[in-house]
Amino acid sequence: MTKVTVRGQSRILRGNPFLTIGLLIIVAILIFAYLGPLFTDPERAEVGAFKPKQSPSREHLLGTDTQGRDVLAALTLATPQTLNIGLIAGAVGIGIGVVLGLLSGYLGGTVDTAIRVGTDVFITIPAIAILVVVATNVRTINVAIMALIIAMLAWRLPTRTIRAQTLSLRERAYIQVAKLNGVGDLELIAKEVMPNLFPYIAASFVATVSWAILATIGLEALGLGPQNEYTLGMMIYWARFYGAILRGFWWWWAPPIVVIVLIFVGLFFTSAGLDQLVNTRLRRVA
Amino acid sequence: MYLTYLIRRFGMFILVIFLAVTINFIIPRLMPGDPVEQQLATLVATGGGHMEDVTAMAEAYRVKFGLDQPVWKQYLNYWWDLLHLNLGYSLANYPDTVGHMIGSALPWTLGLVGISTLIAFAIGSLMGGLLAWPSIPRALRGAIPLLMIASAIPYFLLGIILVFFLAILLKIFPAAGGHQFGSVLRFDLATIKDVLHHAALPAISIIVAGIGVWALEMRGMMISTLGEDYITLAEAKGLNGKRIFLWYGMRNGLLPLLTALALRLGYVVTGVILVEVIFSYPGVGFKLFQAVQTKDYFVIQGIVLILIFAIALALLVMDLIYPVIDPRITYQRR
Repeated sequence: MTKVTVRGQSRILRGNPFLTIGLLIIVAILIFAYLGPLFTDPERAEVGAFKPKQSPSREHLLGTDTQGRDVLAALTLATPQTLNIGLIAGAVGIGIGVVLGLLSGYLGGTVDTAIRVGTDVFITIPAIAILVVVATNVRTINVAIMALIIAMLAWRLPTRTIRAQTLSLRERAYIQVAKLNGVGDLELIAKEVMPNLFPYIAASFVATVSWAILATIGLEALGLGPQNEYTLGMMIYWARFYGAILRGFWWWWAPPIVVIVLIFVGLFFTSAGLDQLVNTRLRRVA
Repeated sequence: MYLTYLIRRFGMFILVIFLAVTINFIIPRLMPGDPVEQQLATLVATGGGHMEDVTAMAEAYRVKFGLDQPVWKQYLNYWWDLLHLNLGYSLANYPDTVGHMIGSALPWTLGLVGISTLIAFAIGSLMGGLLAWPSIPRALRGAIPLLMIASAIPYFLLGIILVFFLAILLKIFPAAGGHQFGSVLRFDLATIKDVLHHAALPAISIIVAGIGVWALEMRGMMISTLGEDYITLAEAKGLNGKRIFLWYGMRNGLLPLLTALALRLGYVVTGVILVEVIFSYPGVGFKLFQAVQTKDYFVIQGIVLILIFAIALALLVMDLIYPVIDPRITYQRR
């Protein structure tokens, strides 16, 4: 393993504009999402707090909606919720994915066949189909339940990626040597396999979070989101529900769209950057 | 060898359908309470149905589903109905059948998906191929980050932005619907023009968001294709650039792109469903949205099953014809 130093990290970033831009966007969003609520009075986002349907002004930077909520306040409270759903679902997905992928790739045999076929089958089924069935059957949906519903299908791509990498790692000479030296399976996985999987785990995590957020706002657009909580997708849903698009209240629906697009662009650039990183490393190894 | 491949691939298809149907059967039964009563109760609570219909319907359903029978028997009955293409009745639009509702919505969706995906695929792959070509002007390479941004935006969000600018502000296209409200669909020029006019905005959102994806994928394929020895040979033979680009580069890069299309099919279809919701387009996606709004459970379930079946079938067909059109593929197990 290469030692990670501050200088090493800055060198990684300099040669990789996608990663730099992506991470900058993500950091900006994270600051807005997790520090913003500290400076926001939640009462400003309650129904009837202000005169409804105001266009943006100095008092209300993003105006108010038809229910008299301050849009900026609502946006500030909604962003962390959507990120939470993405991060929880992403973390659960990657956790299951790493375990299944390692088991499948490392053990091989029947276990591998079962996990591989299972993954292939679930990848074929469009996620939205299963998610809709589950979400319609859950009585009340809140942010935590939403995250768990999405997490049910978030393991598919990580499992496939980790399995493929484990398979190729298993055949490497140093793993074979360690095995011949009598290193146990668990120790081998922890010391030799896992560290080399790390870049792939990071890349799949970014991709999975992005997928999870996309799935959430998709379900929310269909009206299957947390009805009583703020998320970016629910903001768009309610804006549409009250005809904000046709009535020209752009300040209501445009801000959540801008934040969502920034999240996706940031994650996409980060994942493209990570890909580049992983692949150059591969090329150097080969 | 092709036969083993066929059998294995077909087994996969059966497995997908089996799993989808089983999930659809189990999930409502995992929830507490009688599934029919619960669905009907929520329906009444939300004001989506009339009380007198509901009692009669609940009774009819209970007999039909045999909810007093053991679970394994219910499960077999469920399969029996599905195999006879019986998806049940709509709760919100009783006595309309689910099959009929989906049938009337399906042509809209297929038309929208088919045409816009083809256009996006054609423009996108051509753009991607050109972007990988060494002798294009440097300035054009600036398009790459733009394409990355376009491919990262979900279809339906793009749809909302397009509605605002092109339908509300500029009033070029209608904001919603599949045809003029109240007009009768006939097969004449005026109707076709009207339908195309309404389909333009949803199609544009799918195309714009799709172009980025295909262009980036194609660029990747093309870069690796251009590194092949036969390209060097073609150049050494003195073939002109256009011929090398189209017949040696594009042709070989396009085939793997079909696999990418297959892999993204689920994503595309999800995107189209949500675009239909945004534009109130009378396809399957909008039907699903309406069914969710009115808690019309059997319609939701029917659409979900049709969706899974259609995608699984498309992937099966794609996988079966792929080895035929691309002889580089072998059927061996990896």
